[in-house]
Amino acid sequence: MNSECRPVQACVPTAVGVVPAMWAVLRRDLRVSLRQRQDLLNPLLFFVMVVSLFPLGVSPEVSFLQQAGAGILWVAALLSTLLSLDHMFRHDFDDGTLEQLVLQPQPLYLLVLAKTVAHWLVTGLPLVLVAPMLGVMVHLDGNSIAILCLTLLIGTPVLSFIGSIGAALTLGLRSGGVLLSLLIIPLYIPVLIFGTGTVNAAVGGAPVGAYLALLGAFLVLAMTLAPFASAAALRISLSNS
Amino acid sequence: MSEQNASAPLLQAVDLYCERDDRILFQGLGCSIVPGTLTRVEGPNGSGKTTLLRILAGLHGGFEGEVLWRGESRDASRESFLRNLLYIGHRPGVKALLTPLENLRALMSGRRELDDARLVDALERSGLSGFTDIPCQHLSAGQTRRVALARLVLSDEPLWILDEAFTAIDHDGVAGLEQLLASRVAQGGAVIVTTHHALALPGMRRIRLGQESHCEF
Repeated sequence: MNSECRPVQACVPTAVGVVPAMWAVLRRDLRVSLRQRQDLLNPLLFFVMVVSLFPLGVSPEVSFLQQAGAGILWVAALLSTLLSLDHMFRHDFDDGTLEQLVLQPQPLYLLVLAKTVAHWLVTGLPLVLVAPMLGVMVHLDGNSIAILCLTLLIGTPVLSFIGSIGAALTLGLRSGGVLLSLLIIPLYIPVLIFGTGTVNAAVGGAPVGAYLALLGAFLVLAMTLAPFASAAALRISLSNS
Repeated sequence: MSEQNASAPLLQAVDLYCERDDRILFQGLGCSIVPGTLTRVEGPNGSGKTTLLRILAGLHGGFEGEVLWRGESRDASRESFLRNLLYIGHRPGVKALLTPLENLRALMSGRRELDDARLVDALERSGLSGFTDIPCQHLSAGQTRRVALARLVLSDEPLWILDEAFTAIDHDGVAGLEQLLASRVAQGGAVIVTTHHALALPGMRRIRLGQESHCEF
């Protein structure tokens, strides 16, 4: 082994921009997820199973499903995101990657943002993509399905961003799963209400612009503020490990 | 910023106090890390070696006292500090599902822009020839550790903090690593290590933890 840089004092560590660093974090997380298919498939299977159990367990009637469909899909999406949250930082914490992330010279806020986007791409986006199929199953009409997908497209990233705070906070705990749910579910409720409200308005033929604007506001708020909280929580969790 | 007095301390710890689980690990501990020196943190298991290194690296916040980077508060010059620090903990930061090359690329990505040829070269020089494209979960503990240590070959950071650097490394690897550390120190780098390995380099400084913590120069 031999070091490249000599003499050391003459070496000024070079700067890597924020964007390439974020891109590298995103790419690594996606690559790890693609090699760990279970983590990728579990939330999706859970989502499909929960939605398809409702017609069997409650009622297969068209009128019931049309009325409850949006709610069922949204609750299932919410729970399936919740299932995947614990993995968000856990593996990185265990193998030391998280320490290295915190020690990168770029702002941790932006690196956590990139990680959360990666989490959404592997857990939230697949839900949005299969939602039309499940929408047909619960007898929603074409317009309502489009609105449903739009609400999930705006809403599931909010779930990932809010969830990242809880995942970061419960990282140091041996069994943080239950606590994580208790912490995060109250924060999910507004998203759930407006998500289903939008689709129900569309089913009833009412304008949905205002609902969508509010969901969009949630997304902007979560995207700008949640990484701050997550980054701080990660530092605390690492500090206590 | 870059052209500093060569003998001015890079990192200074002033009056550190840390307790863990109602046990005082160290108190009144002070040390300064000067370019061109190797400092070894010594002490029995559980004496707080890793905690001290994590405090110096800025990972552990539960302490009293101050850590200065080039004479300024470390928190105020956080970005400059992190740019100049290479820390390898006893969890090496290597993902089991990625290959050594992908791991090294990810680890270097926030620090230097390097092409793959340089990365492969660094891995080969760290004793991973022929293993660069095999997922790390199929590699041994020592090989996984070597992936993290390949960063040392590429490093341009003047301050290295290495926790249990020699763990799981074979005989030849340890010799190579000792040589790397020695040449690094000779070139003006500052290195802080913990190890239970017999490490004897000329001019080595010691920080002893345990019953009576002190610095010995």
